[in-house]
Amino acid sequence: MEIMSFLKIFTCPTAAFMLFTVGCGGGGEEATSEESATEAVEYVKVDPATAGSVSGKIVFDGEAPSNPRINMSAEPDCAGLHGGAVHAETSVVGDGGALTNVLVWVKSGIEGKFEVPSTSVSLSQKGCIYTPHVLALQSGQVLSVTNEDPTTHNVHPLPRVNREWNKSQTANASAIERKFSRQEIMLPVKCNIHPWMRSYINVIDHPFFAVTAADGSFEIKGLPPGTYTIEAQHEKFDAQEMSVTVGASESKQADFTFSAG
Amino acid sequence: MNLYLHRFALFTAFSTLCLIIAGALVTSNEAGLSVPDWPLSYGQWMPPMIGGVFYEHGHRMIASFVGLLTIVLALWLWKAETRGWIKKLGLAAIVAVIAQGVLGGLTVIYLLPVAISVSHACLAQLFFCMIVSLAWFTSPSWHKQHKELGPRLPDRGTPSLRALCLTANVAVFLQLMMGAALRHKGLDIIHHLFGAVAVAVLLVWILSRVVTEYAGRPEILRWTLLLNGLVMLQLVLGAGTYWIREITETAAQPLLLMVLLTVAHVATGALILAVSVILSIQVHARLDHSTADMGNQGVPAAT
Repeated sequence: MEIMSFLKIFTCPTAAFMLFTVGCGGGGEEATSEESATEAVEYVKVDPATAGSVSGKIVFDGEAPSNPRINMSAEPDCAGLHGGAVHAETSVVGDGGALTNVLVWVKSGIEGKFEVPSTSVSLSQKGCIYTPHVLALQSGQVLSVTNEDPTTHNVHPLPRVNREWNKSQTANASAIERKFSRQEIMLPVKCNIHPWMRSYINVIDHPFFAVTAADGSFEIKGLPPGTYTIEAQHEKFDAQEMSVTVGASESKQADFTFSAG
Repeated sequence: MNLYLHRFALFTAFSTLCLIIAGALVTSNEAGLSVPDWPLSYGQWMPPMIGGVFYEHGHRMIASFVGLLTIVLALWLWKAETRGWIKKLGLAAIVAVIAQGVLGGLTVIYLLPVAISVSHACLAQLFFCMIVSLAWFTSPSWHKQHKELGPRLPDRGTPSLRALCLTANVAVFLQLMMGAALRHKGLDIIHHLFGAVAVAVLLVWILSRVVTEYAGRPEILRWTLLLNGLVMLQLVLGAGTYWIREITETAAQPLLLMVLLTVAHVATGALILAVSVILSIQVHARLDHSTADMGNQGVPAAT
């Protein structure tokens, strides 16, 4: 019967497709925390007597870009936490063009391994917004995520080289503590419950980094003498680099100017 | 023929389309991982339906309902049907809906890997086609054409219309697969654009063949016209979806118009595949190469 042959043609690929996809399901990664194995390594010790620093200011040249407005009406628990309009923190430009939330880090010129700080770096969810919007921590350092809102969030980093994870956090739940083992710049973090929530984590293999403050300033301290490539990275604008040579106990200035073009 | 069974199959098909729409809402609202566990949601049957949880858990609830409908449909077919192949298709639908649920769970547990997410989206389309086919096979129209339309028509031309329709089924399915891969960031849009052109050309070719050779056969012509009409709509929706995504790229969150256009594009894609399958069924049921060899043109007209 002709219709039977059609059905065979139709159902065979369906069965094959199902077998293929079930086969795909078995090969996934385990969603475990990123605990790096303890290794006996010799850490670089920077002599405080000769350590230098790089500081500077980052400004935005031109009319400050407008940030999109966030609509929290779908979540009254979030909307009720704000008195007025809330905007995304994509490009926060202050007085005199001061550009905040820019990562400034030593991209090259650093050699050796550096001891991981025992202190944790905090990321809080307050008013259904991540605070800070951009943070940096050292590879292996603990990230502590807290929920200060009266509603549930899920914390979902979207890494390219680190391991992805997704964890929910109810109101008043204890902090989520995780580590990232590999260097990764501008790693987005989102909440799938509240899709406007977004922050960026920067994981760096050494301790020489800073995120610009509200006045656009930054300072990278404790640098051993040497020549370095300093990179300024913003979530929206193209990254910029500068070569800086730091002598013993020297403080160098490195200012960057970003623009919309 | 059992009219109640047919209506139940139709209701199941409609519910499945709603399920596909609910799934598209999950992806468009970026809510795929708003519930991090499976099969329960936050360890419970009914979590607070806040933010993205509304879409993800809502999708799970509709999926459970469709699963239940599919089991009832298959059991009803098993009891009421005399055609063995329909009974088997009903059982295959149960297997498909269970596999689909497992894929949905795996995609949550493994954090939306492209292969599993795309498979979940594509199996949804195949399952929808199964249910729509069951609704068609149990319909009065299907029974009527077998009783009243007489012998099959000749399938002239090279390639045959049957081969063209089967090619269209495969092409539309591949196009849906590429669309799903695009949505899950596994492919660039250029593949989906080329696929759209290929599908449109193929369906216009089928339309010209049907209009030329089977214009007086409504059992083939109307499905062809419906299919081409849906493709026209889909091209407009596709262009609209691309446009709205481009201009809202920097938005803080998925905007309503973007979500609506994308969901409509996904739903219309599902309808196109289902209608193309029904057209193939019709063409295979009504056309025959043996009558073409005999040059038999003395078949009665459709009523």
